[in-house]
Amino acid sequence: MKLKPFALASGVLALALSGNAHAQVEVQWWHSMTGGLNEWVNDLAKDFNASQKDYKVVPTFKGNYDEAMTAAMAAFRAGNAPHILQVFEVGTATMMAAKGAVKPVGEVMKQSGVSFDPKAYVPAVSAYYTAPSGEMMSFPFNSSTTIFYYNKDAFKAAGLDPNKAPTTWPEVTLAAAKLKANGSKCPYTTSWMSWVHLESFSLWHNTLFATQNNGFAGTNARLAFNSPLHLRHFENLSNMAKQGLFVYKGRASVAVPSFVSGECAMFTGSSGSYADVVRGAKFAYGLSALPYYPDVPGAPQNTAIGGASLWVMSGKKPAEYKGVAEFFKYLSNPEVQSASHKRTGYLPITMAAYELTEKSGFYKEKPGTDVAVTQMIRKTTDKSRGIRLGNFVQIRTILDEETEAIWSGKKEPKEALEAAMKRGNEQLERFEKSAKASAL
Amino acid sequence: MEKRVRFTSTWLPWVLLAPQVVIIGVFFFWPAAQAVLQSLQVQDSFGLSTEWAGLDNFKTLFGDSAYLESFKTTAIFSVLVAVLGIALSLMLAIFADRVIKGALLYKTMLIVPYAVAPAVAGVLWVFMFSPSIGVVAYGLARFFGFEWNHLLDSTHAMSLIVAAATWKQISYNFLFFLAGLQSIPKSLIEAAAIDGARPWRRFWSIQFPLLSPTTFFLLVINMVYAFFDTFAIIDATTSGGPGRDTVIMVYKVYQDGVKGGDIGSSAAQSVVLMLIVVSLTILQFRYVEKKVNY
Repeated sequence: MKLKPFALASGVLALALSGNAHAQVEVQWWHSMTGGLNEWVNDLAKDFNASQKDYKVVPTFKGNYDEAMTAAMAAFRAGNAPHILQVFEVGTATMMAAKGAVKPVGEVMKQSGVSFDPKAYVPAVSAYYTAPSGEMMSFPFNSSTTIFYYNKDAFKAAGLDPNKAPTTWPEVTLAAAKLKANGSKCPYTTSWMSWVHLESFSLWHNTLFATQNNGFAGTNARLAFNSPLHLRHFENLSNMAKQGLFVYKGRASVAVPSFVSGECAMFTGSSGSYADVVRGAKFAYGLSALPYYPDVPGAPQNTAIGGASLWVMSGKKPAEYKGVAEFFKYLSNPEVQSASHKRTGYLPITMAAYELTEKSGFYKEKPGTDVAVTQMIRKTTDKSRGIRLGNFVQIRTILDEETEAIWSGKKEPKEALEAAMKRGNEQLERFEKSAKASAL
Repeated sequence: MEKRVRFTSTWLPWVLLAPQVVIIGVFFFWPAAQAVLQSLQVQDSFGLSTEWAGLDNFKTLFGDSAYLESFKTTAIFSVLVAVLGIALSLMLAIFADRVIKGALLYKTMLIVPYAVAPAVAGVLWVFMFSPSIGVVAYGLARFFGFEWNHLLDSTHAMSLIVAAATWKQISYNFLFFLAGLQSIPKSLIEAAAIDGARPWRRFWSIQFPLLSPTTFFLLVINMVYAFFDTFAIIDATTSGGPGRDTVIMVYKVYQDGVKGGDIGSSAAQSVVLMLIVVSLTILQFRYVEKKVNY
């Protein structure tokens, strides 16, 4: 028999490759972390890979959150989705509705025989990613929340006490007036209009943002932010905007540089912006809890979660799921958690990690880093568990659009909120329809 | 006597056409057919379930006042981009055509923006015009007392996206106009000059009419560009704001389909968009083309 060299070579190559695959199971992980956070994700994978020999986690950056999600949807349709996909909180309802595309984390852990206690996680975080049946659907990874930042130097210059942050909205307005009187061109600004001023605002005041417990009880939820409380807040903001006390600086997190540069003296936004403030601010700054209205019963409750969680995609081999489970177990380790929390400013996701960080004296060393944690480590109510709605990306865009009409003086707050409700509810109806279709 | 070469074979022309037909089929007709199909369905984001929706997607769309507004926004935007883009590049081409010293440098500089990706172009303009931080916005406030704020002022926002989109397209138009001008026989212009026609007169009576095929071609291309190719610029500059004042139709297709994962509605919008552009192109060929001298 004559062996062709080419056939021989490819045979050897195939053997070598299959041998390699037996030695290590690869786990693909698609994420959306950039800059320092990208390094963090790579380090997590590297450390996990070094900690054992059976599995290899391969992190891949797939663009920002919505791009990565779209990429995964397309990959799933084509049959080559990753094992793990990082999905932002806004996409949670969409992922939950895609029953055939995802495998619940609880199931992955159970089938792989990896010990897993959902109760170890911070309730306000894990509850958000848990199905009505009590099964944990996705693995909480990087969670943030909404907090208040202020420029202590500007406070001092305006005759305000730099060590006492305003805790209520009326106090914010008063402080803003003093700052303006002292020549500030931008006393207060905010990022993430919908997340801070409607979603977190509702939870913080234990008031519903949408019916069906903010979408937790079913896909037939409808928006409910036309309450007197919401209206009062937007009328307040609208008046502040007219007097030049609140200056609108754009959608999403576009406003962050306005605070970091010192132009705006007070700012509400993500606790995840802390890293930017630390790096860029050339003034003394303070962090504080999100302001609230003190006369509202039940306020302050807890704020809304942001950030992302890790979803496991369906249709993979058991050995690969075992690798995913081992990786999640590694991520839940209190030391790993605590190190991540200190490094990124994201919330610790287990109680043990929080206690460990506290014991290490980190919160005393860097005052204000515990603000986000204390806002979240509370017993949640049905109204404050979180907001989980379908087509949420579109709803947030609608809210950006309609509220911009308030700041530009085109619409009254009532008119804008009601228009946003109407348009948002159309999105929810659409989602309910497609979710029903996929449940059949 | 007939000078043209004639092929008597019936299959040869088809074989010669085949590669192009295949490319158009795969990259244009197939996706277009898919869009039409998906516009008649309601699908969840992962394609797990597909339900026949008939014309529901279109009904929802046309019942949405926000969508109807985007027609107007698109019309304003496209006309401005096409007219400004053509006028400015024609002007630049005439100047570049007359320049003798350093002509190559000018021409190169004018062509460079075409190599810039739309999203990058958008970011460049945002850097310059970012309220209170951008160089231009700062300069306007400092020296002219003009408060630039495209975040809240729709006119500012529209000006910004028109400027960015036009700037991006000027190079393309410029190339065609320059080539067109250079193909006009010098003798014609010299003869006119001898007859005493000033440059302005020579332009209107000789160059402009002779450029009309180029201008017509560019009008069609620029309309298509403004309708389809500009979403990245808008995404990077205004994201459709303030309110919905810069949401043009193609940007809404992108927002709903790519960002929102709502394939059905997005497909329906792209079908509507397709119909509009097809009918616009037909109109242009029927009416405007009659004024073109080849």
